Amino acid sequence: MTATTVLRESERDGTPASPRKLFQRGGRGDRMFDALTGTSGLLVLSIMVAVGVFLAVQAMPALRRTGFSFLTTAEWQPDRGQFGIAAVMLGTVLIAAVAVAAALPISMGTALFITEVAPRWLRATLVALVDLMAAVPSVVYGLWGAKLLQGNVIGISRWINRWLGWIPIFSVKGADPSSPLSSASVYTASTFIAGLVVAMMVMPIQCVVMREVFSQVPPGEREGAYALGSTRWGMIRVVALPFGRGGIIGGSMLGLGRALGETIAVLLIISPRFDMNFHILEAGGNSVSALIAGRYNESNGFGLSALMAAGLALFAVTLVVNFTASWFIARSRSGASSDA
Amino acid sequence: MSTAVASRLTGLTTLPPTPEPLDVPQQRRVTGKLARHDLLMMGGAGVSAISTTMLLFGRLTPMSGTFGFLIVAFVLYIVIYAVIASVTESRPTVVDKVMNVLLTSSAVIALFALATVIIFVIIRGWPALKHSNFYTEDLSTTGPLDPLTQGGISHAIVGTLIITALSLVFTVPLAVVCAVFLNESKSRSAQLVRTVVTAMTALPSILAGLFVFVVWILVFDFQRSGLAASIAVSIMMLPIIIRSADVVLRLVPGGLREAAAALGAPRWRTVWHVVLPTARSGIMTSVILGVARGIGETAPVLLTAGYTAAMNTNPFENPMVNLPLAAFELVKSPQPDQIARGFGAAATLMVLVLILFFLARILGGRQPGQLSQRQSKRRLVQSRHDLERIEGRHKLQGVHGS
Repeated sequence: MTATTVLRESERDGTPASPRKLFQRGGRGDRMFDALTGTSGLLVLSIMVAVGVFLAVQAMPALRRTGFSFLTTAEWQPDRGQFGIAAVMLGTVLIAAVAVAAALPISMGTALFITEVAPRWLRATLVALVDLMAAVPSVVYGLWGAKLLQGNVIGISRWINRWLGWIPIFSVKGADPSSPLSSASVYTASTFIAGLVVAMMVMPIQCVVMREVFSQVPPGEREGAYALGSTRWGMIRVVALPFGRGGIIGGSMLGLGRALGETIAVLLIISPRFDMNFHILEAGGNSVSALIAGRYNESNGFGLSALMAAGLALFAVTLVVNFTASWFIARSRSGASSDA
Repeated sequence: MSTAVASRLTGLTTLPPTPEPLDVPQQRRVTGKLARHDLLMMGGAGVSAISTTMLLFGRLTPMSGTFGFLIVAFVLYIVIYAVIASVTESRPTVVDKVMNVLLTSSAVIALFALATVIIFVIIRGWPALKHSNFYTEDLSTTGPLDPLTQGGISHAIVGTLIITALSLVFTVPLAVVCAVFLNESKSRSAQLVRTVVTAMTALPSILAGLFVFVVWILVFDFQRSGLAASIAVSIMMLPIIIRSADVVLRLVPGGLREAAAALGAPRWRTVWHVVLPTARSGIMTSVILGVARGIGETAPVLLTAGYTAAMNTNPFENPMVNLPLAAFELVKSPQPDQIARGFGAAATLMVLVLILFFLARILGGRQPGQLSQRQSKRRLVQSRHDLERIEGRHKLQGVHGS
């Protein structure tokens, strides 16, 4: 058999295959159209930049006063000049970490269930329900967490503390897990419970991205795996998961970005404290947004500047997380057409 | 129009085809079916897991609690199921079966959580929701100790509607025009705007509130008001709507744009008559989803509109409260009736969001360019009409085609 080289039309001519440049000189209507849309773009750009720049400018006095120690101080007493985000940022990150850790298996399982396992008639309903979960206001999740989940989760907190308490982050000060009559109050209002509630908000966001990616698995590869005798899980393991890796990472990070900024559900559950608390099961915790919501009213000019600085730090973190997420999603094989 | 005329006309111009019912789709074969021994295996594993757990709880070990019971029963179920399956099946099949159970149960857990959220909030709010005064009165003369037959959250409902309506007025025109800009402009600035908008979707809502609080209330010295809150909510909603509208506009088939251009339409006419109508349902969906997000925002409203127990219909002065904030403030009270009011407010909010959500589903169910039956009928009538008009003009000029 002889090999045939197929030349594209343009290669035969020797001209490079690039689209022709189009020139269009619009009439008056088009010029007005350009002006209008351009203005709106500029307006949106300036609003968004104004928010960022304003936060930065307002945060300057506080940042200048503390300098580098802003990142390392745990206390929050702006009036005495003693303040920093070490404790609140740690709390924010821990809550978000618990949220993502709890939400990730569920969202991945649900996404795979929707795309691979569920019968056809069930799929649209499930997709709608997951979207609905994303639309439920955070205050509703907060109420649910504070009044229903909290009471039921304490048993689990106690159990984790009893058997895994030797791992530092699971230890609880003042708890006596061996006695079933010990007070439950040491476990309430903890980072762990707040994280579980935030997981409810994170889960649908992750699930939407992952489902999008899994649904784009090329049918050829999927059927190829089946044709080679793979079971459904075998197909998922060797085709769907590797194909969707970028979406899985990107989706989880997108959820992480949301978890970092959540305010009201956290505010409803934790009791604020200002020390470096690594013990996620222990009562009390904090987050940057809860700090802002709790303190904005009693603050004078300088206190507000300090809050702005904390907010700026939070924004910087969410920005980095979100951009990394979009980068992962765009770089993945499936990312070209997904919109997250 | 008579068929004779129609057939004469169709000789000249191609008419859009009348919508016909689709061919009957091929019957899809069911590939994965549960055999009887599968069901028996699952059932057996279930019964044995529940019995073992009941034995463990209270008889053999001092474990207790519903939540713990469910978890232990679930883990036991997986183990027992795997053991039973491994008696007859090969290892890959056993793994497949276990993973199947795990995937299914993760979906069930998610839906169960959603169901408990909805049911719990409605049950806790029911004592307040069942009184009609809850929707018609405010809390200005009602104290925390007054019974639920007095007072209500009408002020929060009105506040929610005003704040949301104002933020819609601010965001929708700007967001849609900006999304058009992102799609139509080939300049590098469009890319910059897109990047910045993407960045702003990461803005935590509390920061939007803090921004408006400092600029509007501290620097410009305005009052806390519904207007301030709607500005803050707008800053939240704007990037969300722009981004999803941008995606929807990108889905408009390029062929439609090119057809309009080939007919000599200027770009603004292409956008106005082709792109936007094609993407209308998608844009509606993105707006509604933006509203669903904005209507539930608590943190920015807390900072910018304050809390009030009295009805305030003027967005320009005095504090105004919306439903999420009312729920948040009311449940902080130690009085059970006040807490019930808070849950009632949350349930009302959730019902509003549900309505919006299903509205979005109904409107947004179709792809861009896909017409409903009524729309395609209208299109048919319209183009027949156009054809007659063109024919008439040709006759007048005496250049009747052969």
